[in-house]
Amino acid sequence: MKIDSLKKHITGFWTHTILILVSLISVFPFIWLISTSLKGNAENIFAYPPQIIPTDFTWANYSGVWKRVNFMGYFFNSMIVAAGTVLLNLILSAMAGYPLARMEFKGKKITFFAILATIMIPFQAIMLPVYLITLKLQLVDSVNNIAGFIGLIMPFAVSAFGIFLMRQAFLGIPKEMEEAAIIDGCSVFQVFWKVLLPMVKPSLAVLAIFTFIGSWGEFLWPSIVLTKEAMYTLPVGVNNLQGMFSSNWRFIAAGSILSTIPILIFFLAMQRYFISGENEGAVK
Amino acid sequence: MFKYYGKYAPYLFLLPAAVVLIVFFFIPFFQTIVLSFLDYSNNIYTPSMCGIQNYVLLFHNPIFYKVLVNTFLYLILAVPILAVVPLFIAILINQKIKGITLYKILIYLPVIVSIVVAAIAFKWLYADQGILNYLVTSLGFEKIGWLTDTKWALISVVLVTIWKGIGYYMIIYLAALMSVPKELYEACEIDGANFLTKHLTVTIPHIMPTIALVTTISAISAMKVFAEIYVMTKGGPLNSSKTIVYYIYEKAFENLDLGMASAMAVVLLIIVMAFSLVNIFCFEKNRYQL
Repeated sequence: MKIDSLKKHITGFWTHTILILVSLISVFPFIWLISTSLKGNAENIFAYPPQIIPTDFTWANYSGVWKRVNFMGYFFNSMIVAAGTVLLNLILSAMAGYPLARMEFKGKKITFFAILATIMIPFQAIMLPVYLITLKLQLVDSVNNIAGFIGLIMPFAVSAFGIFLMRQAFLGIPKEMEEAAIIDGCSVFQVFWKVLLPMVKPSLAVLAIFTFIGSWGEFLWPSIVLTKEAMYTLPVGVNNLQGMFSSNWRFIAAGSILSTIPILIFFLAMQRYFISGENEGAVK
Repeated sequence: MFKYYGKYAPYLFLLPAAVVLIVFFFIPFFQTIVLSFLDYSNNIYTPSMCGIQNYVLLFHNPIFYKVLVNTFLYLILAVPILAVVPLFIAILINQKIKGITLYKILIYLPVIVSIVVAAIAFKWLYADQGILNYLVTSLGFEKIGWLTDTKWALISVVLVTIWKGIGYYMIIYLAALMSVPKELYEACEIDGANFLTKHLTVTIPHIMPTIALVTTISAISAMKVFAEIYVMTKGGPLNSSKTIVYYIYEKAFENLDLGMASAMAVVLLIIVMAFSLVNIFCFEKNRYQL
């Protein structure tokens, strides 16, 4: 019995040691960035040995970068794009998922496989024609800001993942629900809007959260289409810090950390959706 | 069940999504193929048909071979680590121990943070007089040109991808581990099996489909890597960290050689589609059944 509990303690010790090590590796790059962002000009940020705790502690880098860079602007641009993308994904995925789950119609099979096929088409391979089409539709920021936002949103307004997620959710609802509603005199649109949608709220929440994260972090597309600094989303703006402050790592670090705060708050508030394991495979 | 909807209702519901998918997926898909047969090198506004000339040029272009090799190196370096390490961590976390949620949050953090910020953070770690070189030199080795040495640049960038992916795949594995029947472990423990044999004989065979799934997903995302390279190295030095998506981006949006960029995009399409087909037909069949 004693040996058993000793053995347990030893494995417990190793488990925690390894997990603490992995956690440290996961957060260390951020800790080092935070440390650098809090060091004043009197402190050598290249000092050997490196100092984690700043000796010349200051918030000046944050106020400095905040004054020179329009973070609030980037933040609002990111918000508009993410909110628009989430809203469209919820509506379009739910609308498309419903007939695929519940209706019989000509061409259902083809529709199904066509949507499935889009999973295999990586955006990176078709981004050039997507850009040409967006230009042709005048959905770029050189036309006006609203067109620019629409252009940022539309290529990601719906995804096969979302459609299949919603279809799966509708499949799980008992058919009696619709029958009862029809007998009560509901039209098909009322059935969808008032009866079925409220029942798939959990799936809508999952779709919203993962679409939000994806849209918030999107870098390739905005860096292709955006031409005006005033339209920059956070990732594009943060990347731009490197050019603005060439080797001022204190400012670059402070700006990077500032830009991370909103998504960090979002993650901590919604963490159970991410780490519970119930929604595996939902991102990307 | 009686049919309560009109003849056109299904199509009306599908219409908005269909419009988006047609305009931003299917038309671009076919246009990519068409563009790859056009020659833009003389005039960007009036391309001419050139047959398979872009492909011929592409396969005579040493940089393209370099890029292909880099892309597959990326895959070979990242995929095995991303298939194995997160599984190991997931097994450790899948025990009744204190602090599980905190571990999960910390390890998942890199997934949530913007890839641009992650790349900047690593660029700072990789600085010539940065903290990693301090570590290397204090261990008695020569300084490493993490992002400036042709031998190291690709590896340094891959490390960021791996670092950012571990939490994501760990969660996928955790979900799979929950489905392994507890009785199997109990039986194992009665037989006196140790940690290694227990997981080799019970866990691994049981979650093989998930391991395969992680392998294909991480392979597909390795093929699509872009932001890390754009932020950290721009493909340099001397193309040593240039992968296919970055090269497509460069050809299309910097050199404006749309034909050549599209020919490469077709190559990328073929590779990714092959991976995806394996994925869909072998591992995710249930999700996509009609």
